[in-house]
Amino acid sequence: MRAIAGQPLAATNDFVVKFANINGSGSASANELFARSILRMGVPVASRNIFPSNIQGLPTWYEVRVSGEGWLGRRGGVDFMVALNPQTFDKDMASLEPGGYLLYDSTKPIPPEKFRLDITVLPIPLTEICNKAYADPRQRQLFKNIVYVGALTSLLGMDLEAVKWLIAEQFETKQKLLAPNIQALGFGYEYARDKLKDRCKLKVKRQDKVGERIFIQGNNAAALGCVWAGATVCAWYPITPSTSLAENFNRHASRFRIDPVSKKKNFAFLQAEDEIAAIGMVVGASWNGARAFTATSGPGISLMSEIFGFAYYAEVPAVVFDVQRGGPSTGMPTRTQQSDLLLAAYASHGDTKHVLLFPEDPHECFDFAVAAFDLAERLQTPVFVMMDLDIGMNDWLVEPLAWDDTRRYDRGKVLSAEELEAGKTFGRYLDVDGDAVPYRTIPGTHPSQGAYFTRGSSHDAYARYSEEGATYIAGMQRLLRKFETAKCLVPKPVVREADQKARFGVIYYGSTAVAMNEAVAVLEKKGLPLDLMRVRAFPFNDEVEAFIAAHEQVFVIEQNRDAQLMKLIVGECAIDPAKFLPILHFDGTPITARFIIKEIATRAGLAEAEAQEAAQ
Amino acid sequence: MTYIAKPKLHHPSLQPNALGFTRRDYEGRISTLCAGCGHDSISAAIVQACYELSIEPHRVAKMSGIGCSSKTPDYFLGQAHGFNSVHGRMPSVLTGAAMANRDLLYLGVSGDGDSASIGLGQFAHALRRGVNMVYICENNGVYGLTKGQFSATADQGAKSKSGEVHVDSAIDLISMALLLGASYVARSFSGDKKQLVPLIKGAIRHKGAAILDVISPCVTFNNHLGSTKSFDYVREHDEAVNAVDFVPAKKEITADYEPGTTELVRQHDGSYLKLSKLRPDYDTSDRIAALAYLQEHQAQGELVTGLIYVAPEAADLHDHLGTADTPLNTLTEKELCPGAKALEVVNGEYR
Ligand SMILES: Cc1ncc(C[n+]2csc(CCOP(=O)(O)OP(=O)(O)O)c2C)c(N)n1
Ligand code: SF4
Ligand SMILES: [Mg+2]
Repeated sequence: MRAIAGQPLAATNDFVVKFANINGSGSASANELFARSILRMGVPVASRNIFPSNIQGLPTWYEVRVSGEGWLGRRGGVDFMVALNPQTFDKDMASLEPGGYLLYDSTKPIPPEKFRLDITVLPIPLTEICNKAYADPRQRQLFKNIVYVGALTSLLGMDLEAVKWLIAEQFETKQKLLAPNIQALGFGYEYARDKLKDRCKLKVKRQDKVGERIFIQGNNAAALGCVWAGATVCAWYPITPSTSLAENFNRHASRFRIDPVSKKKNFAFLQAEDEIAAIGMVVGASWNGARAFTATSGPGISLMSEIFGFAYYAEVPAVVFDVQRGGPSTGMPTRTQQSDLLLAAYASHGDTKHVLLFPEDPHECFDFAVAAFDLAERLQTPVFVMMDLDIGMNDWLVEPLAWDDTRRYDRGKVLSAEELEAGKTFGRYLDVDGDAVPYRTIPGTHPSQGAYFTRGSSHDAYARYSEEGATYIAGMQRLLRKFETAKCLVPKPVVREADQKARFGVIYYGSTAVAMNEAVAVLEKKGLPLDLMRVRAFPFNDEVEAFIAAHEQVFVIEQNRDAQLMKLIVGECAIDPAKFLPILHFDGTPITARFIIKEIATRAGLAEAEAQEAAQ
Repeated sequence: MTYIAKPKLHHPSLQPNALGFTRRDYEGRISTLCAGCGHDSISAAIVQACYELSIEPHRVAKMSGIGCSSKTPDYFLGQAHGFNSVHGRMPSVLTGAAMANRDLLYLGVSGDGDSASIGLGQFAHALRRGVNMVYICENNGVYGLTKGQFSATADQGAKSKSGEVHVDSAIDLISMALLLGASYVARSFSGDKKQLVPLIKGAIRHKGAAILDVISPCVTFNNHLGSTKSFDYVREHDEAVNAVDFVPAKKEITADYEPGTTELVRQHDGSYLKLSKLRPDYDTSDRIAALAYLQEHQAQGELVTGLIYVAPEAADLHDHLGTADTPLNTLTEKELCPGAKALEVVNGEYR
């Protein structure tokens, strides 16, 4: 953003618009319409919903970053505020960049001294327009949202036809609503065209930067992944921000998994009485040979812990999506964090550890959902897909989801009736292949071979109860070796080396990636080369240790207070903590590029002034 | 491909059943419970019932929680897979297993601590969902495995071994089960095999949630004077509403059918429950009346046993969920994965 002192901001395809609304006022679909219209013009956008734990009345925001260059993280700062919430009006105005724009409902006049002098004010009498046009109070409220989208369309020089086209698609099945929506759009468009002409210097210009990409939420993509991965049982308990994952699974499975003859469901979708029951069902179903999963958030993980330990020790597959939110306790249920890593990694009492996957965006949520089922069955253990609210509940612009029809599910080591009949020796916890992964049998397979007793109490290689010290230790050591096997199977980190030799390495994961990509580009331009490693799984593959060893100092960028990934690395890889420089963002909003730039620049010793400048 | 079970050869005096199995083929490991423990008698009754019904042992999934009672699945049906889960969570694990494969017989074994305290929620929800299962609560009024503390089914006024008096109200799992919509509800006594075995058989052949509350004295911690779950107390207060005889589907029933004193209940699979009415006024098809009957008679200190309630054509979990007939765990990749083309269509919807 190039701000010239005292001048209104001027930019094309590179600015941030924020909508300040009241929860429950019907603004969400209008705001989304705005974002999608820009995408239809071939210009990348990143949108983020910032909402309260409330159904009606509290403030809610929607931020749209327009970025012709394709940066999809949050930049930080706001250039154009659509300020429609009196409760937050002052704060919203204060958050504008110098030279920014403020659109507000001018039906009730606001005294001029209330406005900042360094911004451009764009008054539109939204209420008046709607009161004139509509008699029904609900319509008056709802169409206000479309009217401001119309105004933005004009102010930002957007393609009116693209917006109309999208509205038409949206109301394809509700034709009755189409005409009034188009009309409301026109009211706003015409008002801004006639009364606010040339007042806004932020513009959207048609580009061809979106291509085949799709605009989708991570929860939805993960749900699709579960359907494509062959999951047949979903047991869950509602909790923000994971609820839409389960609900989307039901929706997609109801479309793609109906038995063609009987029209009945080839899946089971069950809302459990709590998270303990949900994970119990997942473990019971997985034990019985179905691919089963649950979706939850931190509080659910806490409740499920006892059964995670059971599944680890009795070696039962389970797939768990943890869509992380702000903790501890109820914390910030509608805000994002990456603060369940340590909880999930060691969930349950005793010496327990679990496989974790860290998808960076909805596209990877799909891929890792699929991978999670293969890993869980191959390793016979719970696998956690560690998402967060930012990925899970926001629409992200990502590469289309892909499926290779030659790909086969890895159902792991399951003995068939034929193999049992042929007299293959069966010891449920016997390490036959040297990879520490035993064979299992599914109940009901064979009349006289392969039955065993699954238990969470100490057992020998044949699943017999035993408290013999040596037997117990052998079992526990094998589980450790199994974790070594897991290292070779989980997704490898993605390493990107700087063109020049870099003193610093940077480790990051999950939803931080989009902001990190942008930050590193800026920092390199400022003369700070950085090697990057995006960690994608726990246990850490050897590449992780090698990367750390190759750098003098390593930044670890995380969205939690306690540097949880760093602690996991320090503990698991026995690395001196002094080697790391944690950069932690945990106010519940998604991390921004500006934040990372400023922190790294400062701590890497770029001159203070330069750091400040880099942040601009 | 299916494999025919090959029963081991046994002493000729052991009678084979219709599948060629003898009673011994339904046994499990040697019990490690205290000698005389009521739970062992229930295991024996399960063995007897499965043997008499010619159940294929490997088509049974034995599920349990934690407690002395929950250990018992190791002591019967050695050819069946067992799942000794965590304390109070058997119902959810069983529900998940049942979702994955609707064709096995799910036999859940639990204790009164497991079901009425830590697991009361899961107990309730499994019943209200109509999970197709036989749920046996081996009820001794104490936590056996942790050495004799009162459980939530201990009666108000009951005395512990050390003389402590139980002051809280008791939870009656059977009344709860009636309220929650269980479709086969029975109570019995571990010491009354004649009553218990046919009740288990009827439960196995029932479609839907079958619950059996079986009073099962803990000889070590709750069999003294002052206990309301001791052998002596139960024998004295046992008031059966009916005597049940299980009649398999193909058997003809004409002989001693006396309307008025005998009632026939036809179950979903065509088998019958022949009930000799011991209380002429008692009706097993009237849920509300059953509840009232239980409350009245229990208040008088009677332990009401027998088949309390049955709804032979109740819907079960799979009916509720609308799942297909083919067990989910047998679906192949071809049936499960919509493939690349379908995903392309989906992508198109997000542009
Ligand atoms: C989470 C948890 N809390 C406590 C225990 C300890 N514990 C084991 S068995 C048991 C009570 C069992 O009572 P009941 O279900 O009545 O079985 P019984 O031994 O009487 O047959 C308890 C409290 C446990 N295993 N797990
Ligand atoms: S302690 Fe009681 S319940 Fe446990 S085995 Fe002994 S007699 Fe049975
Ligand atoms: Mg007990």
